[in-house]
Amino acid sequence: MFDLVAFIPRAIIQGMPLLFGCTGETISEKAGSLNLGIPGVMYVGAMCGVIGAFFYERSCAGEPLNAFLAIMIPFMSCLIGSLLMGLLFSVLTVTLRANQNVVGLAMTTFGVGFGNFFGGSLMKLTGSSVPSIALSKTSIIFSKSLPFAKDLGWFGKIFLSYGFMTYLAIIIAIITAYVLKRTRVGLHLRAVGENPATADAAGIDVNKYKYFAICIGCMIAGLGGLFYVMDYASGVWSNDAFGDRGWLAIALVIFTLWKPNIAIFGSILFGGLYIMHLFIPGAGMAVKELYKMLPYVVTILVLIITSMRRKREHQPPESLGLPYFREDR
Amino acid sequence: MSKPVKEPFLHITKRKEMPAKKAWAIRIGAIVAALIVCAIVTTLTTGLDPISVYAAMIDGAIGTSRKVLILLKELAILLCISLALTPAFKMKFWNLGGEGQVLMGAWATSVVMIYLGGVLPNAILILIMFIAAVGAGAIWAMIPAFFKAKWGTNETLFTLMMNYVAIQLVAYFMIVWENPKGSGHVGVINQAGREGWLPYIGTNSYIFVIIFVAIITIGMHIYLQYSKHGYEISVVGESQRTANYVGIKVDRVIIRTLLLSGALCGFTGWMMVSGTDHTITTTLAGGRGFLGIMVSWLAQFNSIAMIFAALLLVFLEQGAGEISTSCGLNQSFGDILTGIILFFIIGCEFFINYIVHVRKKSGKEEA
Repeated sequence: MFDLVAFIPRAIIQGMPLLFGCTGETISEKAGSLNLGIPGVMYVGAMCGVIGAFFYERSCAGEPLNAFLAIMIPFMSCLIGSLLMGLLFSVLTVTLRANQNVVGLAMTTFGVGFGNFFGGSLMKLTGSSVPSIALSKTSIIFSKSLPFAKDLGWFGKIFLSYGFMTYLAIIIAIITAYVLKRTRVGLHLRAVGENPATADAAGIDVNKYKYFAICIGCMIAGLGGLFYVMDYASGVWSNDAFGDRGWLAIALVIFTLWKPNIAIFGSILFGGLYIMHLFIPGAGMAVKELYKMLPYVVTILVLIITSMRRKREHQPPESLGLPYFREDR
Repeated sequence: MSKPVKEPFLHITKRKEMPAKKAWAIRIGAIVAALIVCAIVTTLTTGLDPISVYAAMIDGAIGTSRKVLILLKELAILLCISLALTPAFKMKFWNLGGEGQVLMGAWATSVVMIYLGGVLPNAILILIMFIAAVGAGAIWAMIPAFFKAKWGTNETLFTLMMNYVAIQLVAYFMIVWENPKGSGHVGVINQAGREGWLPYIGTNSYIFVIIFVAIITIGMHIYLQYSKHGYEISVVGESQRTANYVGIKVDRVIIRTLLLSGALCGFTGWMMVSGTDHTITTTLAGGRGFLGIMVSWLAQFNSIAMIFAALLLVFLEQGAGEISTSCGLNQSFGDILTGIILFFIIGCEFFINYIVHVRKKSGKEEA
């Protein structure tokens, strides 16, 4: 029997890092910047959060953590780390007009290296005696759910059994969808992504919007990394464990046709596909790998179908990936 | 007009063309600047003396003749992937699927090696492996190319996704072929009889790999610079409309070029399974599909310049392996250094392609 009550919460927890990454990438793609550095940004975000939490836990030296600081310190260090990555991408692609794909891939190399290097060396560099990074105390605070969730049976389990970052992810996605679709800022942002020359002629500061979108996008994506370490992985950092989730987040952007509100469900679906093999009786180790292929195959199909149908509202932003130079013809 | 127009403080224009010597001087300057920044980062994060770290890297990369041979082998493989991706880039087709195409080539090679090993004579076996690998890589690249040519499907995202389909496919077969059972690894394929292995010269067959890639480098240079195909590729890359007007069949050029690109990636996969690694893992390509893009782009699609760009990256990677053992640091330190150097080189292209004019006090621009 398929255990839906056990399946859904796990699918949601799997999906949330993707939702953060996807929302961030959507904002930056809507402004015309294909940021392939997102996987790197998520690693950096996670690692910065880990470093912040690590030092805070150490400074407490066995005494109970202050819940507010235990959340704010990793949170802020994660945001600062991802913001710096965002600035790097914007300086190189917007101001210096470098190619977005090349910068993005370089950022992914750098970011994954950054995460794995500090993940592997933080112990040694700080001369600490613990064998691995296990921030269980911080993690408990991060993944604390509402106290009465347990009393509400299946309803509590499916809707209320998560740490605050799960709700944060959904709220950010909804706000992003609203801002992009319904506000003037969102309209300008989309104009920049569709046709920067026209936007420029209409008096929109193209570069300012691009900077803004890339930086905000990276900060949101970085939170996905933080969520993964602190909530999903219970505060244990292991190198390369984050895996291909960054790319999956980029796939999700296409799958949801650049709409963060659809991404909420899309991310849960992707999360579900990722762990489906655990819930299907008789699925061997090998078949499990084929299930993990599904999100990518589905994304490819969406990509093909949208390009064949040519519906205007389903297309990628018109100038996605192209640099803008006012004096170019 | 009542309001005087304020001239911006910085004004940027495109350069006509910079003499090649000056452009290379800027690039080398950027690399030197990057190395200085890397040294500062090294000292700040690890407290080690950067000069000794660099010395350890040089020793790790070219310290012994064996290390030099390994460096050359790694160079050959990265270079081969970069060369494979170049014709597609020159056409402004973003083939980010090198990773997957290499893996598919390696996968096809392994299939033949495992199921036909020992059945056929070695020479025929290697030939079939070769054909299978080249075919698998070509098909993997042709799928996105076909949709791009036919319906304009976004190739950047398509090829990117194809990587992970290939990775999961290989992950599946890694478990099917597990040896010994339960290890999660394929292990060395046909270790006892060496069926399907390229012949050894000394203790390995790296020399074949190096020779193959040297030939491909020259071949690709000629193909892109002097052949009709190469010319068509650059016209399509400059402007698809122009290509249409002069009667070049754009969709045919796209598919043909991607077949070549994928076939060469598949060939790299064949070399790795048959010639160097004799096994298959999901990380066989190990990010080189992406690194190859950087190499190709840094070298401005010039096959000869690519040798140096690839050498720089491989050198860093091999050197970083040495730091990890001698200084007790994590292997990933090399990735950080690679990232910093890449950012500098990418950034410096701006100063090669554009001029920045600072506003003059008088408000007049230089001509």
